[in-house]
Amino acid sequence: MHELGIVTHVAKTLDELAEENHITKIGSVTLQVGEVSGIMTDYFTDCWNYFRVKHPILKEAELRIETIPAITFCEDCRQEYETVKYAKICPYCKSEHTYLVQGNECTIKEIEAETEEES
Amino acid sequence: MKIIELHKSVTDSNDRDAEKLRKELKERGTFLINVMSSPGAGKTTLLSKIITDLKNEVRIAVMEADIDASVDAERIEALGAKSIQLHTDGMCHMDAGMTRQGIEEMVIEEIDLAFLENVGNLICPAEFDTGASKNLMILSVPEGDDKPLKYPLMFETSDVLVVSKTDALPYFDFDMEKLYERVRRLNPKIEIFPVSAKTSEGMEALESWLLNETKEWKK
Repeated sequence: MHELGIVTHVAKTLDELAEENHITKIGSVTLQVGEVSGIMTDYFTDCWNYFRVKHPILKEAELRIETIPAITFCEDCRQEYETVKYAKICPYCKSEHTYLVQGNECTIKEIEAETEEES
Repeated sequence: MKIIELHKSVTDSNDRDAEKLRKELKERGTFLINVMSSPGAGKTTLLSKIITDLKNEVRIAVMEADIDASVDAERIEALGAKSIQLHTDGMCHMDAGMTRQGIEEMVIEEIDLAFLENVGNLICPAEFDTGASKNLMILSVPEGDDKPLKYPLMFETSDVLVVSKTDALPYFDFDMEKLYERVRRLNPKIEIFPVSAKTSEGMEALESWLLNETKEWKK
């Protein structure tokens, strides 16, 4: 349920970026969201649509979300497996000594933007 | 339109605010602890006990989120600490910007030890750096020893774990050894203090840790 908080931080980062790069309009924002990052993408999109109208620069910015699959590594049998399917216990050797390799990230990958020079 | 690649964490702007706030607090000599727990884990009782025991040694303030009415500001003031109300606008967590509001409200030079009472939940507060010097989480005995398995991030980001309500241990199937093992697997460096604010058991160890860290922070 921290989606709205994250949206406000994304907006702040983009506002700063816009100022530094003389951006007048942002057409799209692409986020990379890990499968187990705890972010609900549908809810995140709702928050985005609610929030962007209040930000002149983001008004027309379409949100694109790329999902990063979650992968866990087993320290005992040295194999990788799907986190969402098997969680903490390794499906090959039943070990609990596992850690997440990827799937917890939430990053702004790129934006499409119009700058002063273009317009 | 042109494409600009960023590859920045979504919390990037918050992380920078938090780092800046932490630096300012260090310069001013105020040790700020971010207190996180589920609702009902005993934040208020624990803080009241700490204030009562330490108010003659350090100047204490408590900042609390408006979404959580568990701490009565008057009660905190009556015990001898400063109380500051923060405005989260219904958010499920505190971030560095909200913490700064509270810091600016108190006369910070007069505070040695400040507690930030985060919103009661074990998920969202772990995601946002508040700018605090240390993160402390409270897990109460009735909540169970399995919580590290369910909320790993909270245990990973905490510097200190306080296991509260240990006076209730005889009534629950709470395996302290198992808890230590689960927590240490997630976070080998975490400090663990089992305490009972009711009987005072274990409070001395926690309080001397607090005093020591407050002193170190001023160096």
